[in-house]
Amino acid sequence: MKSFFDRLHGKKTKPLTAKANVNTVPLSAEQIGIDSVHGSRLEPQQLISGCAQSIGKQRDHNEDCLFAFSFTMGGEANSAPLGLFIVADGMGGHQYGEVASSAAIRTIANYLLKRFHAYLINPSEGMEEPLQEIMRSAFTDAQRAVTQAAPGSGTTLTAALVLGKQMTIAHVGDSRAYALRADGRVEVLTRDHSLVKRLEELGQISSEEAAAHPQRNVLYRAIGQGEVLEPDIFTTPFPQPGYLLLCSDGLWSVLSDDNLCDLVTSAPTLHSACQNLVNAANDAGGPDNISAVLVQLIG
Amino acid sequence: MGGMGSVYRARDLHFPSVVKLVAVKEMIIRASDPLVRKSVVQNFEREANILATLYHPSIPRIYDYFSEANRSYLVLEFIHGKDLEAIINETNGFLTEERVLGWAIELCDVLSFLHAHKPDPIIFRDMKPSNVMVNPTDHIILVDFGIAKPFQVGQKGTMIGTEGYSPPEQYRGEAGPLADIYALGATIHHALSRRDPRLEPPFSFGERPLRKVNPAVSAELEAVINTALQYNPGDRFHNADAMKEALVAAGRKTGILNHISGLTASVQSSGGIKPLWVFQCEDEIRGAPLYHDGAVYIGSYDHNLYSLKAVDGKLNWKYATEGGVVTRPAAYEGDIFIGSEDQSLHVISARTGKVNWTYHTEGRVYSSPRIAEGHVFFGSDDQHIHAVNLGSGRAAWRFETAAPVRSTPFVAHDSVFAGCENGDFYCVDFRGELKWHYKAKMAVTSSPCEADGVVYFGSLDSSFYALDARAGWVIWRFRMGKGSIASPYTTEGLVFVGSADGNIYAIDTHTSKEAWRFKTEHQVSSSPVVYKDALYCGSADGNVYCLEARTGRLRWKFATKGPITGSPLVYDDIVYIGSTDHFLYTLLA
Repeated sequence: MKSFFDRLHGKKTKPLTAKANVNTVPLSAEQIGIDSVHGSRLEPQQLISGCAQSIGKQRDHNEDCLFAFSFTMGGEANSAPLGLFIVADGMGGHQYGEVASSAAIRTIANYLLKRFHAYLINPSEGMEEPLQEIMRSAFTDAQRAVTQAAPGSGTTLTAALVLGKQMTIAHVGDSRAYALRADGRVEVLTRDHSLVKRLEELGQISSEEAAAHPQRNVLYRAIGQGEVLEPDIFTTPFPQPGYLLLCSDGLWSVLSDDNLCDLVTSAPTLHSACQNLVNAANDAGGPDNISAVLVQLIG
Repeated sequence: MGGMGSVYRARDLHFPSVVKLVAVKEMIIRASDPLVRKSVVQNFEREANILATLYHPSIPRIYDYFSEANRSYLVLEFIHGKDLEAIINETNGFLTEERVLGWAIELCDVLSFLHAHKPDPIIFRDMKPSNVMVNPTDHIILVDFGIAKPFQVGQKGTMIGTEGYSPPEQYRGEAGPLADIYALGATIHHALSRRDPRLEPPFSFGERPLRKVNPAVSAELEAVINTALQYNPGDRFHNADAMKEALVAAGRKTGILNHISGLTASVQSSGGIKPLWVFQCEDEIRGAPLYHDGAVYIGSYDHNLYSLKAVDGKLNWKYATEGGVVTRPAAYEGDIFIGSEDQSLHVISARTGKVNWTYHTEGRVYSSPRIAEGHVFFGSDDQHIHAVNLGSGRAAWRFETAAPVRSTPFVAHDSVFAGCENGDFYCVDFRGELKWHYKAKMAVTSSPCEADGVVYFGSLDSSFYALDARAGWVIWRFRMGKGSIASPYTTEGLVFVGSADGNIYAIDTHTSKEAWRFKTEHQVSSSPVVYKDALYCGSADGNVYCLEARTGRLRWKFATKGPITGSPLVYDDIVYIGSTDHFLYTLLA
């Protein structure tokens, strides 16, 4: 029974005493359903996700945009699950920010889902072109779309394409992808393309100074800006057991890593975890639009 | 910003009897917002007015400007030549220091002229190779004054200036003359290093020292560029004239015209390195050694497998097959496994050198045996991957392929991975059933390796592949100058591989970016090995190289008397490697 609880709370390495205040309400149907029980592995392997968004408490319109898609096929085809998850945070005057973030997400989702259409219908069909190059082309498309739809504006974009146990992440700007591991470790997978982050990396300012820096919103790379768009693209194993979290700076700038982890692991479902994250960011002042997408690979 | 620009080559018909070419710069204002439109037109007219007042040999003359509907036009002097970015991209290898120095001095001149403009200094703000034209007499002209406009601060995402060339303070809206000095430093750095700063994090020049990328650059010029690229404006040259003086002084000191012969990289020669012992076979060594229980095993073209005492290289025994041995031996429970051109896998007692059993295939065996899960896996020219039960010595299964298999199978995740000479790459399960297959454009002789669910291999098609081990998806592909038959080695987020283009590459396994490359004098078909913080690899140029694994910096090299195609083994601080000069060498790591 102990191991069952540990598993639910994702704290395998910690002794039970560390969770003295453990919530003892009866398990919900979702809790029991999400993880496999006592050794019987869930088939087929699948990606599940939740998401939440809020305008925040200090902005009068929402310039964030998010996207979540997952695909599973069970049976003799025995496909690897496929998922596409994106967060974008638009910027620029004249209300162009929301145009930019939504144009970028639509373009990328359209490009990628078209490319994967054959796989969705017939999962035994592989893909000739490398995933990282497909992602790069999608970003180039988005750059063109944003430049046309909202000249002068820009948007961050953090996209995770999950295929089987690997995820290919493409990223521009200061939205983030996190790996939240079951043992409580929180790892930022992306690197903010922001001026203060760069100054911090160079040791010119401390992380405290960075958090309060007047130029903390200045990005040096964004979709829709500059002549050459060079997204960071990398492939890494999906955190399992654990979660992938994509979020805009409206979330991460006001919540600590420990907050993120506690809010996620204490919630019964991914959707309520996302709602808790957004609520916590609003409770902390809600200075900006807030978006969160949470993904789990189960089975 | 807010307007798309094109530049046309046009003929001025005011001069019908001669061909007077002009450049017509067109701005199409696409923005529908009236505020944006207004600011775009204002920028345009600002550029026109600035240019109209400037007379300098490195600044294009302006003849006229006009607007029509949502388009504005600027008529400028037509500059013959190419922009510097195109020149950098079209040049094979590096531009000479002499040429770049000449341009840099002229750029200082024109910046000095702009900065001295009255009543207010003109800050160019956008110095970068694509804004520098080089005319047929190799002089420079600065073009595109389009963003000489006030910097806006405060709003998220206010980004002006070209990422990569701009100094830190420009991101704070404090671009003064010293911002142009920095961007000039960045431009020269790009021209000499061929590393496009737009593809690097901002202000990271200090992390890629110029002379590490291009050792032909003089220390004197590098020092001038470093001063221009200082993070704090106060640490840079105080003005463009001071930078010009420093450039001229550097050029005089190096005597610029003979700079190429004057500098050689500080390469440590093999003079100091003596092998601990050597062992001579009767023919070439093309395979790799194995260390097992105090002995070193090596096969040779002379048909033999040798067992040598690791301490002094004395012969324990030799075992003769009926063909050349070019594979790497494997060991399991006191037995040594080796494939031979005689079409057989031989299993020999490590202690006595006597054969225990053999397994016959229908083709020559160039693939090395891999032992896992109670079986030995290897490929053969008979177009099969063989799985042989270690207990019985009998085939568990044979997997038929489309061409000979010379790649050594890799076993992980209940799967066997191997390449094939027609470019097929197979993933087979432990029952010998195909899980997935991928087709490269040419042979995959390279033996795969796997880490974190990703399988890596090279191909003669000049690509290096990273495939999802489970599904066979291509995650990324890395282009090499030529094909590769060498096997990769991966550790700590880097994968290392040699290529027929002579390079040893280190590639980031997550981003597929080149971490470094090291150029040898000939093809590299030897497979690198990382031991502690160093990488060891042979080359067909005859040398064994020891490089710093993180940076690719040469630590030492050791010359043998023949091309090296076999791979090294490092055990207990000793490097074992065979050469086609018939010798097995042992070197201190």
